[in-house]
Amino acid sequence: MGALSQFNWNDYTLALPITLLTLFALGILLIDLMIPPETKWANAVTALIGVLFATAGVVKIQLWMQTSRSTSMGSLAMMRTMLVDRFALYFFYLFLAATAISILMSMRYMKTEHENHGEYYALMLLSVVGMMCMAAGFDIVLIFIGLELMAISTYVLVGFLRRDRRSNEAALKYMLLGAFSSGIFAYGLSLLYGLTGSTNLGEISRQLTQILARNPYHPVAIIALLTTIVGLLFKIAAVPFHQWAPDAYEGAPTCITGFMSVAVKAAGWAMLLRILIWGLLPMRSVWLPLLVFVSIATMTGANFAALTQTNTKRLLAYSSIAHVGYMLLGLIAGTVTELSPDGIKGILIYLLVYTFMNLGAFGVITSLRYRNVIGDELDDLNGLYSRAPVEAVLMLIFLLSLAGIPPLAGFYGKYFIFLSLIETKHYALASLGVLYSVFGLYYYLKMANAMFMGQPEEQGALPVSWTMRAALGVTAFATLFIGIMPDRFIQLVNWSLGLAQSPAVAKLIH
Amino acid sequence: MQNHILSIILFTPLLGALILLFVPKENKDAIRWIANIFALGGFLVSLPLVPMFWAQRLEPGFKFIEGTPNNWIPSIGAGYVIGIDGISFLLIMLTTLLGWISILSSWTAIENRVKEYYVWFLILQTGMLGVFMALDFFLFFVFWEAMLVPMYLLIGIWGGPRKLYAAIKFFLYTLAGSVLMLLGILFLYFHHHGVTGIYTFSLTALYETAPKIYSDPAYGPTIATLLFFAFFFAFAIKVPMFPFHTWLPDAHVEAPTAGSVILAGVLLKMGTYGFIRFSLPFFPDVLMHTKVRGWMITLSIIAIIYGALVSLMQKDMKKLVAYSSVSHLGFCTLGIFALNSAGLSGSVLQQINHGISTGALFLIVGILYERRHTREIAEYGGISNVMPVYATITMIMFLSSMGLPLLNGFVGEFTILQGTFMENWRWGAWAVPGVVLAAAYLLWLYQRVFFGTVTNPKNEKLHDLTPREVLTFVPLLIMAFWIGLYPKPFFQILEQPVNQLVQNVRNPQAAGAVNATLRPAVKQEATSAPVATTASAIGAPAVSHPAKGKN
Repeated sequence: MGALSQFNWNDYTLALPITLLTLFALGILLIDLMIPPETKWANAVTALIGVLFATAGVVKIQLWMQTSRSTSMGSLAMMRTMLVDRFALYFFYLFLAATAISILMSMRYMKTEHENHGEYYALMLLSVVGMMCMAAGFDIVLIFIGLELMAISTYVLVGFLRRDRRSNEAALKYMLLGAFSSGIFAYGLSLLYGLTGSTNLGEISRQLTQILARNPYHPVAIIALLTTIVGLLFKIAAVPFHQWAPDAYEGAPTCITGFMSVAVKAAGWAMLLRILIWGLLPMRSVWLPLLVFVSIATMTGANFAALTQTNTKRLLAYSSIAHVGYMLLGLIAGTVTELSPDGIKGILIYLLVYTFMNLGAFGVITSLRYRNVIGDELDDLNGLYSRAPVEAVLMLIFLLSLAGIPPLAGFYGKYFIFLSLIETKHYALASLGVLYSVFGLYYYLKMANAMFMGQPEEQGALPVSWTMRAALGVTAFATLFIGIMPDRFIQLVNWSLGLAQSPAVAKLIH
Repeated sequence: MQNHILSIILFTPLLGALILLFVPKENKDAIRWIANIFALGGFLVSLPLVPMFWAQRLEPGFKFIEGTPNNWIPSIGAGYVIGIDGISFLLIMLTTLLGWISILSSWTAIENRVKEYYVWFLILQTGMLGVFMALDFFLFFVFWEAMLVPMYLLIGIWGGPRKLYAAIKFFLYTLAGSVLMLLGILFLYFHHHGVTGIYTFSLTALYETAPKIYSDPAYGPTIATLLFFAFFFAFAIKVPMFPFHTWLPDAHVEAPTAGSVILAGVLLKMGTYGFIRFSLPFFPDVLMHTKVRGWMITLSIIAIIYGALVSLMQKDMKKLVAYSSVSHLGFCTLGIFALNSAGLSGSVLQQINHGISTGALFLIVGILYERRHTREIAEYGGISNVMPVYATITMIMFLSSMGLPLLNGFVGEFTILQGTFMENWRWGAWAVPGVVLAAAYLLWLYQRVFFGTVTNPKNEKLHDLTPREVLTFVPLLIMAFWIGLYPKPFFQILEQPVNQLVQNVRNPQAAGAVNATLRPAVKQEATSAPVATTASAIGAPAVSHPAKGKN
């Protein structure tokens, strides 16, 4: 009880979105018991309301932060385990947007699959709670708990189609590999704790600086770094730790695939940036060459593997792995000791635009699922234009945006990444990256070709539910709007990086 | 009006595309009418630009500038800034004219998915115009890339049997070149920041700093040359220069007729325009380097000869015209890299000529194809007996394309060769056979298709041109004769920008010449006097050499 007395109202304010989401998740479980099967849509509505409330909570934090100068950048909370700063708020908004859109996309799909249970939405909200802990965690224990909460929720969601063998297989594979990587990750974190005597990222960073000053190649520090980074790379699905992704993406319900590819991935990135920048920046000279290797391997492996895919979900899975490769370049930009602020900015913008364009693409694939058609083969896209012209044009927008064609949102993600590389004189890496992005265009065009130039196997208009229409409308509007008027969003990212915990990022304020 | 005329020209086609979206797709005739109205409207709104530009033709710098730097995305320094000089003025007029003609020519050729076709076509039109107008590098890049999408769809949906292959090849080739250009642009952007402390993509600002990279000890000639090549690939693929031309025959042959017209007439010019607008003023020292320039000239000459030889061998009419484009564009690049007033202005004029003649040639092939659904030369013969009007127009256009005096092709090629001979007679000597070969493949084609008796019974019933089809040729014929008979106004329009450019390239350090182009208010008589022209026999500017080589 002594610990509790250390909490004050600010702690509860800063944990507001997390608390609200948890309450709503539990509420859905209760409501689900009471409502008859034909009104199961109420679960989704409740979840949406929960997301709305959580968003209001985030806005509340933002307003509270603006009240005083001392908190305008952010504030430590819950006995220094949470750092609710602008960086965290940025990710909160991102998670909530992705979740709201995913819920809209799920409603008819889960009904078609006859798996319309309340647990589905409850698990989604709980995984968002986990994500928020990852993004705002400033203590490796909290980060790990958040990671596990998110991961376990998604394991279940991936296997939610319990009568579908692919879904079961995907969930099992994902869980085994996920647990394995969590183990390695936890091992790394425990070594860090053993080395520095603290679980607090700020303290770890300080201690590491001192340890490395005595011995720049401290063996335990290096082992701790390697194991930690393997866990992180696994979570964002970078080659060679990516094998789970295509299988999990293919087997999962399509709307969950979309959710995983944006929200879960963004959470992985938030965690990776938190740990590498706020915690392990002193070891940049060690992890930098590692990331160079991983990023080249990721771009190469994913782009080549994507070429031969005939399943759209697998294809987009490899494409999302390739995008991780480009994003990693943003962390590489800079010198051996210093990050490039533009690179981090690039990653954050990339995650923002990626949320909309990739969710949109998965949304269109989700909408192909009706009656007896699963709709995840490339051939199912054939002649989509004649069956659903609006969806086909929107899909074209998403695909071109993924390929990075201006003036669509996806271009700005790549733009800032390559900008940061040129700025810090990594010309070779930049050239490699842009050439791979041309490479990527080929498989996106394969899908576009099928939609616009193929002949449909089935005639008749494709029925698209109005919730799906709303989700596609929002994502397409965002993809176009960010593409044409990016300034406000660039400034949003600048704002979110305002907090200066590490010296390199501090420069961004100006 | 004067202040916004460029924006009006730029967005008229896009407005048409937006309106078309609201027309039900079953209503094909209404769609055709609306598309044609907007295409013609796009041409008509560009006409007032002619007298307005003519009045200002001698003033230095860009004209009709709209927008201020950094007004679009202030946080990265990109702006919606558009403006034109004589070079882009001619290309814009060519684009609006050909855009209208292509859309008019599609009336019966496109039967399925009519609405989409016109929507994409009008979007393409806006994209191309944007490329020629943009004075902000970021804006330029956006138009440059965005324009690929509608072209890809036009080839891919309404193209011939190998359309998928051709469409993807076109898209990937051009994108591969342009992403390297993006890196080059970013480099210039950071270099500009390093020198001035300002982040901007404004072309006029970059004109001041980019040429200094060559002599900057921090970067030096090697980096400048690498940068030159980053841009070179983007433009050379677009032109296309040998050996980057392999996408062109595929794309041209598979594209629908109107697509080929635009592809040959306008899209290829974006490459040559890129050289003129960016490579020349950004990297004058690199270009004046003997080795680099030698390579550029060699590649141009290879394209001229190789394109012509391959044309001779073709059995497919459209492929023949496509390879002839490679040869003709070789002349255009040759003129550019001759780096003197005659070569450059000849090159720009030849780009316009090529748009007129080759555009017409593709229309000609398209008309036969629409009637017979084959482009095999062997399928035809004696067509002049059944289609006399068609045969006459074809003859004129063939003669224009091969460069017969009194028609437009001659003026352009002559001026280019004049400029080339001034630099080095060997370059000119190598290029001249291209003219002869052009006559050979075109006249031989004409003989096989039009002369003799009708050998193939399927050709006996072919009907001659409809009034609409004749209408598509009328403006092209007028332009062909106008440029052939009285090219002086065209050279006068080109005189100021070309001389300015030549002076900047030949003598980059002189009098802050680059700088001076940017201030419309400042009169330039003093500096441009040494290269001012006296009209030669055909009205082409003769050249007095400014200080040769670099200081």
